[in-house]
Amino acid sequence: MGKVEDFLNKSSEIMKKSLAGLDYDKFEMKNISFDYKALMDSVPYDINDVLKIQKEYKVGKTPIYELKNINKIVKKLSKPGYGAKILLKDEANNASGSFKARRASLSLFHAKKLGFKGVVAETSGNYGAAVASQAAQMNLKAIIVQEVFDSKWIGQPEILEKSRACEAYGAEVWQMTVGPELFYWTLVILNETGYFNASLYTPFAIKGIETLGYEIALDVYEKYGKYPDFVLATHAGGGNITGTKRGLLLGGAKETKVIGVSVDLRGLHMASDRDFNRKSFTTGHTGFGVPFLVKPDRTDVPRNAARALRYIDNYFIVSQGEVFYSTILLAQIEGLERGPAGNTALAAAIPFATKLPEDKMIVVQETEYTGAGKHPFSELTFAKKMGVEVVLGNPKDNIPGKRIVIPEDVSWLRYEEMNLNELKLSYLKHSAQDINEITKNDLIFLKEEVNEVNSDFVERFLYEKGVKING
Amino acid sequence: MVKKGDYVEIKIIALNKDERAENLPLDTKNFPYEGKIRGYLISDSNIGDECFIETPIGRKIKGILLGKTGEYKHNFGEPIRELIDIGKKVREKYLKE
Repeated sequence: MGKVEDFLNKSSEIMKKSLAGLDYDKFEMKNISFDYKALMDSVPYDINDVLKIQKEYKVGKTPIYELKNINKIVKKLSKPGYGAKILLKDEANNASGSFKARRASLSLFHAKKLGFKGVVAETSGNYGAAVASQAAQMNLKAIIVQEVFDSKWIGQPEILEKSRACEAYGAEVWQMTVGPELFYWTLVILNETGYFNASLYTPFAIKGIETLGYEIALDVYEKYGKYPDFVLATHAGGGNITGTKRGLLLGGAKETKVIGVSVDLRGLHMASDRDFNRKSFTTGHTGFGVPFLVKPDRTDVPRNAARALRYIDNYFIVSQGEVFYSTILLAQIEGLERGPAGNTALAAAIPFATKLPEDKMIVVQETEYTGAGKHPFSELTFAKKMGVEVVLGNPKDNIPGKRIVIPEDVSWLRYEEMNLNELKLSYLKHSAQDINEITKNDLIFLKEEVNEVNSDFVERFLYEKGVKING
Repeated sequence: MVKKGDYVEIKIIALNKDERAENLPLDTKNFPYEGKIRGYLISDSNIGDECFIETPIGRKIKGILLGKTGEYKHNFGEPIRELIDIGKKVREKYLKE
C-alpha cells in the first residue's frame, strides 16, 4: 500500500477531531443506509438563526432582478403564448462575491463557537475566498488548499485569481499541482493544526445555503403573488441543489422544480496533468456534477450532506462557449458584469424559457464576482494559448478541451437534457455493489436517495439485480 | 540573497513521484506532488536553499526558496473578437425601438 492510501486509512480520527461534536458513526444504519434527516437535524440552528447569523456577517438578502432585455429576446424567440420570465438572484453581492459565503458563514460561526482557532478548506472554487472572508470577520485563521498548477507550474487564470482573493482576505494559501492527493494534503494540514474542517459537504455548509432558496421563495411570492415555477442552479458538488431546494421547501415553494446545470467537460480527465489546463471552467462542470450525483459520499467527510439526487428535478448541460456568450450578453444588455462560472445556469435559462408558456417564471439563483482571471476574455486568451480553438458557430460543434464555439446568435443557445433515470440507476449500482441482501430501512433510504419514494423504481432495480430485502 | 522579513514564495514537495496515489493517469504520475506557499522569510537565505517562512496566519513552514513574491500575472486577457459585439448584434436584431 502506498504512502497516501496508508495515511488515508488512519484518517478517521483526524476527521473526527476536525469536525468536533459531529460524530457521523451515530447516523450509520445497516447495511448501506444512514439517517440523513438526523444528520441535517444535528445542526443546532434553524432557518431564522441562519438568516440572523448571515446578516451579521454580510451575507444574504441579495437582490432579485427581472432581466428585462433578455426577457424581450426570449419572447421574440418563442412561439405565440410562450416565453417564460427570467429572474436573476445577484449573489455576487455577498461578502467575497458569491453564494459560497452562505456555506462558509454558518460553518465558521459554528467552528468559532466550538472554540476552534482556525479552519481549513480544500477548494479551488469561490468557497476559498468565502471561507477567508468569513474567517477575517470572525477572527479565525484560515488555510485554503487549492489545486492550481500543472507540472509546468502553469495555472488556469480563474484559479490564480481565486488564490489572490484568498490572500487578499489574509489566508494561508497552498497552491498545489494537479492530483487527487489534494485531499491527502488537506488531512495532513488538519492533523498538524487541529483546525476545523470547513468542508463544503458538512450539514453546516448545506444549511447555510438553505437561506438562498428561502429568500427566493419569499421574495418572489411577495412581488409576484406566486412562487417561481423553476429555479436553475449551477451544479457541481451538489450543495447548491440540495440547499436551494430545502430552502424553497422551507419557504413554502413546494411545487417549484429545481434544475441543475453544468458545463459540459465530458471526455476530459479530472486528474490529468494535460487536461487540467484545457478546461476554461474549474467548477460547475460535469467532471464534478456527474460523479457527485452518483457517488455523493466520495468526499472529504464520512457522509456528504449534499445529496443532489434527492432534490434535483432535471439536469441540463451547456457548453463553455454558451456560458461565455451569456456572460457578455448579461453585461452588454442587462448592465451586469459578472463572472462566467456563475452564469452557467443563465446560459440554460434562456433557451429553456423559450419552451415554456409565458405565464411561467424561472429564477436563475446565482451570479459571482468578476475580475482579472475570472472573465471570458482572460479565460479564452488562456484557452487559445493552450491550443484550444475558439470559433464562432453552432455550439453543437463544441468539443471539450479542443474547440470552444461561441454561438453566432442568441437563438443558437441550447441545452442538453441529461437522462436522470440513468444517473439514478448508476447511483443504485454503486450503492448496491457486492450486496445480496438489504434491510427494509435500506430500501426506504435508497428510495429517498434517488427521489423515487412513490414509485417501484428501486424495487425493480433490486429485483433485476437479485438483491433480497430482508425482514 | 533574500532578506529576512521579505514576502517570499517557497516550494514544497508533498509527495515524491513514487509516493503518489494509486490509479493516477500516466501524465500525472510522472511528476512529484508539489505546492507553493507564500509568507515572510524567517532568516536571510539564497534562492534554491531550504528555508523557513512564517505564513500570513503565523505558521512556520519549511521549503525551498523560490524568491521574493512577484507581481500577480493573471489579467483580463485580450478582447475576444467573437465576444465583443454580442450586445450590438442582439440590439440590432431583437431590441430595435
